[in-house]
Amino acid sequence: MTMGMASSNIRTRRDVLGASALRPDGSAKVKGEFSFSSDLWSDGMLWGATLRSPHPHARIINIDTSAAYAIDGVRCVLTADDVPGVLTYGLIEQDQPVFAKDVVRYMGEPIAAVAADHPETCRRALAAIVVEYDVLEPLTNPERSLDTAVPAIHPNGNVFRHQRIVHGDTSVVGDVIVEGDYEIGMQDQAFLGLEAAMAIPDADGSGVELHIATQWLHEDQKQIAACLGLPIERVRLVLGGVGGAFGAREDISLQVHSCLLALATSRPIKMQYSREESFFGHVHRHPARVNIRHHATKDGTIVKIEARMIFDGGAYASTSSAVLINGITHIQGPYRCPSAVVDGFAVRTNNPPCGAMRGFGVVQACYAHESQMDRLAEACGLSHVEIRLRNAMKTGDTLITGQPVESVAPVERCIRETDALPLPPPLPVTPNALQLPGGTGLTSRPENIRRGIGWGVSIKNIMYSEGFDDYSTARCTLQDGIVTLKFATSEVGQGFVTLAPQIARSVLGVDTVDIEQMDTTIGSAGSTSASRQTWMSGGAVDGACRLVRERLFEHVGKTNGIDPLRLIIDDNEIVDTMGSLRLNVSDAAPGVRFEETFEHHHRPTEDLDEDGQGNCHVAFAFVAHRAVVDVDVELGLVKVVQVATAQDVGRALNPLSVQGQLEGGIAQGLGLAVMEEVIVQDGRVRNPSFTDYLLPTALDAPDVVYSLIEEPDPQAPLGAKGVGEPPCISVTPAIASAIRQATGRDIRRVPVRPQDICL
Amino acid sequence: MSEDQMYSLSVNGKVHEVRDSWVGESLLYVLRERLGLPGAKGACEQGECGSCTVMLDGAAVCSCLVLAASAVGSDIVTVEGLSPDGQLTDVQESFIQHGAVQCGFCTPGLIVAIHNLLDENPRPTELQVKEAISGNICRCTGYGRIFAAVQDVIETRGA
Repeated sequence: MTMGMASSNIRTRRDVLGASALRPDGSAKVKGEFSFSSDLWSDGMLWGATLRSPHPHARIINIDTSAAYAIDGVRCVLTADDVPGVLTYGLIEQDQPVFAKDVVRYMGEPIAAVAADHPETCRRALAAIVVEYDVLEPLTNPERSLDTAVPAIHPNGNVFRHQRIVHGDTSVVGDVIVEGDYEIGMQDQAFLGLEAAMAIPDADGSGVELHIATQWLHEDQKQIAACLGLPIERVRLVLGGVGGAFGAREDISLQVHSCLLALATSRPIKMQYSREESFFGHVHRHPARVNIRHHATKDGTIVKIEARMIFDGGAYASTSSAVLINGITHIQGPYRCPSAVVDGFAVRTNNPPCGAMRGFGVVQACYAHESQMDRLAEACGLSHVEIRLRNAMKTGDTLITGQPVESVAPVERCIRETDALPLPPPLPVTPNALQLPGGTGLTSRPENIRRGIGWGVSIKNIMYSEGFDDYSTARCTLQDGIVTLKFATSEVGQGFVTLAPQIARSVLGVDTVDIEQMDTTIGSAGSTSASRQTWMSGGAVDGACRLVRERLFEHVGKTNGIDPLRLIIDDNEIVDTMGSLRLNVSDAAPGVRFEETFEHHHRPTEDLDEDGQGNCHVAFAFVAHRAVVDVDVELGLVKVVQVATAQDVGRALNPLSVQGQLEGGIAQGLGLAVMEEVIVQDGRVRNPSFTDYLLPTALDAPDVVYSLIEEPDPQAPLGAKGVGEPPCISVTPAIASAIRQATGRDIRRVPVRPQDICL
Repeated sequence: MSEDQMYSLSVNGKVHEVRDSWVGESLLYVLRERLGLPGAKGACEQGECGSCTVMLDGAAVCSCLVLAASAVGSDIVTVEGLSPDGQLTDVQESFIQHGAVQCGFCTPGLIVAIHNLLDENPRPTELQVKEAISGNICRCTGYGRIFAAVQDVIETRGA
């Protein structure tokens, strides 16, 4: 079982910052009473469903919906001709049609939507819509998207973005040069709570209220209103219970369709995707190819890297241009690198659209640079730990973008503390079959098993980059010792609803903190992504609570004739530091209501120039992983036995929640290493189900031993760095490295498949 | 979609009449959409993820794979039936205390599966626990806190 080197489950008398406070929604969730967006129900509601293209690339000749309308129970069929506002949406570039009109560019692209009285009626209606296609050759090789002779598959062209980084002395040549080509497969976020929404039209048809599982209420609101042709205030969003996200809920899926159907039928519309539809209905992690060359001195000190990265963005832009920048700006890894030449491309193909997933471009970069570090170690005669320590980045170092690392950068500590964690016991002489690679398949023989140990270390930017004015808004109300917080921060499972009350208790000395409904009646909180909500929304809640505390101190100062600057909060009391006054916060201002709203902005960032130079990121977090694997070299099966990790968290505001993020992220990184891939052949997804897309189960999960490195970051409002993404990044190359150690095979691709090991 | 089917299901000790149901509806759909019991969740429709786990005559089953009309005469227990008086069971309480809940979508199915395991085998080994819940996928937690929660219940019950 898991052992924590850090104190993992401290409960204090009060659930303030630093305590392992428990989830306020925990009781509802264990009883099955928590209302997920798929649990919503409304009087008179209809079901909505989407017709999708079976082809990755085709011209639409004609759409005939008449037979669908003829089915009893069908109320409405909508196509591109029924979209009243702008016909396309998108997070960065609005290039994705609400419904395909003349051409489809990926398998699963929406063509029409229906509303009917029963899900089965919807399915029959979809089957009755006749679409005539002229099937076209799909563009599926991302390298061909760069060929200007290949016709553009979209008016905006086949390249989403190209960016170079040129830094330092590019003429430097190392004593030692190692080069490799690496490939990362397409991963799915595979949240369990499928896309679901309830759209309720206003009685007069002038607007709509959407209850939706999303990562970013206000961004959805903006895109939906534009497509509906409505003023933004006529589209109100309420967060429906969210069953995980991991990046897949940052883009529009069924939002616009459900609102269109609600407005067209004047009835509430419930939409929810099946698992198969979910695979087509949201973006995935970008498959990527990376060629990278490290130059180093004989003693293993990196002097230059040269790299070329290509990310397959699929049919529409989503966040590809930002994923690309994350990829190329993190290709040096958490290592000093004085010179670099990097070329990066994000391209359009007729493959499934790709966008945000936990790690956002850095996962792909990390797999490549960590595989290289192993090779460099071997070329220089150093251990995998020594090569990483020799090059470990420190606070104040300069990145290949010219940006100084102002964040606390305890890379060396991450490596040393991981190295100090205990290794697992050897495989028992007579192991239980469940401990062997292949598990219940009962196919492995102990004599064919080799154990390997591998390393991965990573750097991850936190918050949005490249000049985006990122902010979050929160309101704090205090009356008679009870605090009410309001924000639009999406709770997707990460635990902001646990953290926000901890902040209020620490700042205001209260115990009872209520959280109001998360919706668009307050300013934006930005997205629950980029490991940013503890910093951004945490900063907003902290700021609002501090403003309220100032007002409370003013009030207490005035009523007691004391300078408010003499007052502090101590536990539950307001204390006069220069006198004898001690007042319980609950009794300090009977009947008086204090209310303040605060918007937290992080410091501004810059765009990159044409040489990829600029202070484009806000802050960084670091982590090291060591993986121990058992590999059946005959069958190519892998069992990940243990993962050790030391993570730079700044400050563990809720150690139990941090542990949950570490373990959960490690399981997802394990999935990418050895299990999970959306298999796409000729633009067609071949495994859109949980039978064929395999996720880590309880038997696949490794033991996790960990250490939290708490060096509070002075830039962070609460000293804490985001902890969501780092756990899933370097664990993947650590596992691949361990497989290399166990087998001697030159593993260049993840996920590692049995045939990569044993054939 | 009315095909005038009418039958009764015994869920959590109460008899529920199911009217105007299409005969192809799964037990999961009928529980959630017709009987007002949304505790069991749908996430794969193929019996792979376990989010829809309920007990059917004492056995843990994926309710997405059971035709509702075929469950007539069976004793069905859903997550809502584990704590009818509103008091948390020891497994539910342990899940909260150990941080075994994040998004919570897999949680009701896991709670039912773990109750079923401990009913049948009060002192399972670590591997037996892992095997018993390997049909319940959790995407958030990596399972570590779930194992800790189950272990605590086993030790407390055995004390």
